[in-house]
Amino acid sequence: MAARDNHGTGAPWGGDFEMIGKSHRKVDGLAKATGEAIYADDIVLPGMLHAKTLRSPHAHARIRSIDTSKALALEGVHAVITGESMPTKYGVIPWTPDENALAVDKVRFIGDEVAAVAAIDEDTAEAALRLIEVDYEVLHAYFDPLEALQRDEPPIHETKKNNNVSKRVELEFGDCAAALEASDVVLDNEYSFHGSTHAAIEPHCAVARFAADGLLTLWSSTQITHYVHRALSHVLDVPPQRIRVIQPCLGGAFGGKSDPFSLEFCVAKLAMETGRPVKMLWTREEVFYAHRGRHPMQMRYKTGASKDGRISAVDANILIDGGSYSSFGLVTTYYSGQLLTGPYDFPNYHFDSTRVFTNKPPCGPKRGHGSVQPRFAFETQFDELAVKLNIDPIEIRRRNFQGTDTKTVNGQRVTSNGFMECLDQVEAASTWKDRRAKLPFGQGLGVAGSMYISGTNYPIYPNPMPQAGIQLKVDRSGVVTIFTGGNDIGQGSNSVVAYLVCEELGVELDHVRVVAADTDLCPVDLGAYSSRVTFMVGNATIDACRKLRSQVVEAIAAEWECDPKRVRLVRGVALDLEDPDRFIGMREAFHIAEAKFDTLGSTGSYNTPTLGGDYRGGTIGASPAYSFTAHVVEANVDEETGRITVPKVWCAHDCGRALNPMLVAGQIEGSVYMGIVEALMEDHKVNRFGLHSGPSLLDYRMATTIDTPDIEAYIVESIDPEGPYGAKEAGEGPLHSSIPALGNAIFDAVGVRLRDLPFTPAKVLAGLREKRETEEKLETGMDAAGVGDN
Amino acid sequence: MRSLRLNVNGDTLDTAAPSHWTLLEVLRYKLGLTGSKQGCDKGDCGACTVLVNGKPVLSCLTLAANAEGKDVQTIEGLMPAHRANGGQGADPIQDAFDRCGALQCGFCQPGMMLSARALLTENKAPTKRDIQDALSGNLCRCTGYTQILQAVETALVDEVGGDAPTPCWASCATNLGPAKGKTEPIQGGGV
Ligand code: FES
Ligand code: FES
Repeated sequence: MAARDNHGTGAPWGGDFEMIGKSHRKVDGLAKATGEAIYADDIVLPGMLHAKTLRSPHAHARIRSIDTSKALALEGVHAVITGESMPTKYGVIPWTPDENALAVDKVRFIGDEVAAVAAIDEDTAEAALRLIEVDYEVLHAYFDPLEALQRDEPPIHETKKNNNVSKRVELEFGDCAAALEASDVVLDNEYSFHGSTHAAIEPHCAVARFAADGLLTLWSSTQITHYVHRALSHVLDVPPQRIRVIQPCLGGAFGGKSDPFSLEFCVAKLAMETGRPVKMLWTREEVFYAHRGRHPMQMRYKTGASKDGRISAVDANILIDGGSYSSFGLVTTYYSGQLLTGPYDFPNYHFDSTRVFTNKPPCGPKRGHGSVQPRFAFETQFDELAVKLNIDPIEIRRRNFQGTDTKTVNGQRVTSNGFMECLDQVEAASTWKDRRAKLPFGQGLGVAGSMYISGTNYPIYPNPMPQAGIQLKVDRSGVVTIFTGGNDIGQGSNSVVAYLVCEELGVELDHVRVVAADTDLCPVDLGAYSSRVTFMVGNATIDACRKLRSQVVEAIAAEWECDPKRVRLVRGVALDLEDPDRFIGMREAFHIAEAKFDTLGSTGSYNTPTLGGDYRGGTIGASPAYSFTAHVVEANVDEETGRITVPKVWCAHDCGRALNPMLVAGQIEGSVYMGIVEALMEDHKVNRFGLHSGPSLLDYRMATTIDTPDIEAYIVESIDPEGPYGAKEAGEGPLHSSIPALGNAIFDAVGVRLRDLPFTPAKVLAGLREKRETEEKLETGMDAAGVGDN
Repeated sequence: MRSLRLNVNGDTLDTAAPSHWTLLEVLRYKLGLTGSKQGCDKGDCGACTVLVNGKPVLSCLTLAANAEGKDVQTIEGLMPAHRANGGQGADPIQDAFDRCGALQCGFCQPGMMLSARALLTENKAPTKRDIQDALSGNLCRCTGYTQILQAVETALVDEVGGDAPTPCWASCATNLGPAKGKTEPIQGGGV
């Protein structure tokens, strides 16, 4: 069975699903509830050393020399390493390797890693860091992306041809300028999105062991085991068969554990040098500097439309502040334009996105990678258009709906699309028609919509092999063990594969074990990013199950001397559909199958079909399926203080078939929380020296149980033709439109249009003042003209 | 170094640690009780919450020496205590968190569940606002708190009876496809 085969959207045996579509416990829930689950920092190995990192105090400097001799002489210190020991550059995107495990020649942001120490304990390692002498030549540092774009001396990366430009993408579909010219209305505004970070509650941690036989084992809090494996091999110059990477239980990621990180190389190198296991746990402050969070963007959007609100063209110009390294920046730059082309039809579209380096913590992928910012700008402008044309904001969105089974202007194939139902849901649930624009001053409702990918066709490093693989092993005890390279980062992917196996093979959930994210034991999977896991790993799982199932069914049918069509595996038994008295337990069924076919097991895989526009970069943003979301946010704005509160958010998300609606609801709620909170409270910024403004969970300000709005999650199931049983993604899409919906609600509440994030009280007050002044001017103007006396 | 005699989960344990070590460090790195998590090490996140004489305390801000002579309960102690009182399975809080989907990455949850345990032991009729207040020192980055609050309400029902709260996801699915998957309230305990 080929990897690209579809397995159908219905229940595997026809009729109703047994497991799918209902809420079940997670396979690792109780282990997490009882404290039994092992996370990276819970690992303790005999003789283990503790490592610490020396970081740059300068935002941009050349390293003249490093003297580690005093540190090395300190009692209890076992090794000190610097950039010299690992000079090979790497980067998660193979085309842009510009990072070093430890700085070579230069540092590019405050917090850049310079040296690492392994010692008997953290205190000793810390003391040793203070003994390392680094001679820096301080260079001009860039904190403003515009300055970095215009000035080229000194460059942040010497090897770059275009000064400080990290990536530029310009694409045009149709004739945007002509269409804007011909439009009845054109809006032209600037928007800005600030930086925000993932702030997973578990800080990054890695443990390495180097065995006498030359096997290097790394346990790391990573969400992409496979890339860490490749990067370690490349940077340490160790062949991949001598490296094993394991992701233990992971304490949240949201994109923040996608890159290979300095600490992973450092513990590995230190373990190899000392012959002892080495652990490094970053402090919360270090995690803030390691960042890889949401890119700040300055965006100019022009949207043209007809009088009846139909969009004729969208023109976007985006300046992306990348921070100091490339990370996923190439993809971010594409995504900033490529992912805007749904759920609405744009006949003409042009975008020009430029990512520049600055001397700040590097940006990367955060939940809704690269597309949350443009979505904010566009959906805000769309609201402005609705107000200008006096069309209901939900209605204008309906009018521009692109439909199902269609192609976007940039050539992406869209199949299932439940966006209209999402709009219906939030419209009804929020009693929109009765309340929008009718609430008292200071209260408002806002709407926005969005689309997101379910995995990406672009596999980061081009190769013809499957994107996801699964192995199944059947034990004589009746247990089915699933080996998956997929990374469960809390979203529940290990549970999802278990549910699928239960559905397909008729075993009970407690007969399934999941072994995940261990490069020695599991087939390759490309990891937890771009919302790919349910779709891709799910399809691979069904693929593997179908092969195993046909063997079991065939063996039972032979045993019973009946047509295989009569054999069904369900609820822990194999039964004869035509003779209800004939059934055996699955354990026995597996024995019969093993006797007939020898040791039981199977593999399954998934690869994407060939998709994407026929132009350079056309596969970036191409996905086998897209999810759709609509939000209505209710906001209260205090006129006196400018304070914004959000009593309620309604979010409807089209995730295809909800394999476990409880887990889907959890993803929707977590996304809504994250979006609203980053819009209102969070700000990942540095001061004029490049120092983070508040690198702690208190100063960064994240919402508690008290500040989080009431969230109502609605699941819309537009059964996708290619997803596993019709499923799509749920983890990232439901964040996008929460932010513009909030901004639009603020406008409905007080008539102030906020185009710059975060939405702070000061901005509300400034907006109110400006509004008052304009109104006064208008009045005095009218007085002077004698209009008022008429 | 300082020798320490701690009472943890009902056991009296002798150990030694540098005198500046916190209770969290001693629990995790000396006693092997790694269920208590460190999210910040400075009192901001609540992941390290343990119960000291029944009250939630941030173990990252408590010197280990200050915990001597007191009853310390960690997440590892919840199920054994529940069983010692004749209960089955895990503590109702742990079970409800699992059933309600509250355990996403799980990293915040040992602290969260102990804060919830302290609340429900003290207050058998908390309002939603009481629950929110009791958990407001525990940051969760995954869940948006909705399923956590639901889990605490569910645990309360398990302990004192009453009507189970309607799960937020029970009645909200719109299925557009030809083959309709059923959406049902979560099945208790059966899986
Ligand atoms: S680790 Fe104690 S409050 Fe964060
Ligand atoms: S479940 Fe991940 S931080 Fe709460």
